[in-house]
Amino acid sequence: MSEHEHSPQCQKLLGNLSEFIDGELQAKLCAELEQHLQGCDNCRIVVNTLRKTIELYRQTNEYTELPVQIRERLYSKLNLITHLRS
Amino acid sequence: MTEITNTISIEALKAGDPEAFASFVNLTSAHIYHIALKILGNTQDAEDVLQETYVKALQALSNFEGRSSLSTWLYRIAVNEALMVVRRHKPSSISIEEPDLDEDAESKGMEIVDWCCLPEGELLSSEAKQFLDQAVQHLSAPLRVVFVMRDLESLSVQETAEALNVTESVVKTRLLRARLALRQELSVYYGGKLQEVKHR
Repeated sequence: MSEHEHSPQCQKLLGNLSEFIDGELQAKLCAELEQHLQGCDNCRIVVNTLRKTIELYRQTNEYTELPVQIRERLYSKLNLITHLRS
Repeated sequence: MTEITNTISIEALKAGDPEAFASFVNLTSAHIYHIALKILGNTQDAEDVLQETYVKALQALSNFEGRSSLSTWLYRIAVNEALMVVRRHKPSSISIEEPDLDEDAESKGMEIVDWCCLPEGELLSSEAKQFLDQAVQHLSAPLRVVFVMRDLESLSVQETAEALNVTESVVKTRLLRARLALRQELSVYYGGKLQEVKHR
């Protein structure tokens, strides 16, 4: 393991990292940062592991239906028990 | 959830139609419980927030002016309720405003270890999932809320800003800080796993 020393280009990437990985960055800046990534192993690792972090969180926290008992208590609290659908 | 709430008649809700409110609850409650659970990390607190959210929504619906979407309005109520629970548990640990992004602070201790190549079994083990959930809970509440709304519920920056009543710039700053903090924690964790795999 090592720590990343930042050049001005690395700092520019860091400041725009979220927009970059979300695909929300202006095309010109995006192309500039992609070019930087081709020559900077450290930044490439940061980008890849950041993407993977988000992907893993989504994969391990997939949307689930409301548990039945919690649903029943909610409808009861709201006096909607007669509207409870299966 | 935005698409779901677009199918609901706001007029019927505002008029107090119980059938319309029941549909509203039916279509949105799993989302509200999910974000409350991820913000609070506790099923009992999440259920309390779920119930209070709809009690408050029912009381406030007649005043809904449509300045934001119905889903954003509901998220705002839920997040406020969740933050109240956080304040009750740790009254001194939460400030409404996070300091601006300090790039030096963000880059300090940035681990450079390429753990993406680890086998799926290591990346998605129950231990790893537990570690990630705990890392999310270690984020400050303002960062955690933004992370959950953006990266779990997939709200846009604009929707998140409206729900939290902060600027889009604040949302972007908090999201980046949250993501980098989690990446850092996972890099230390998976870096250790990489060493274990190499020595097997």
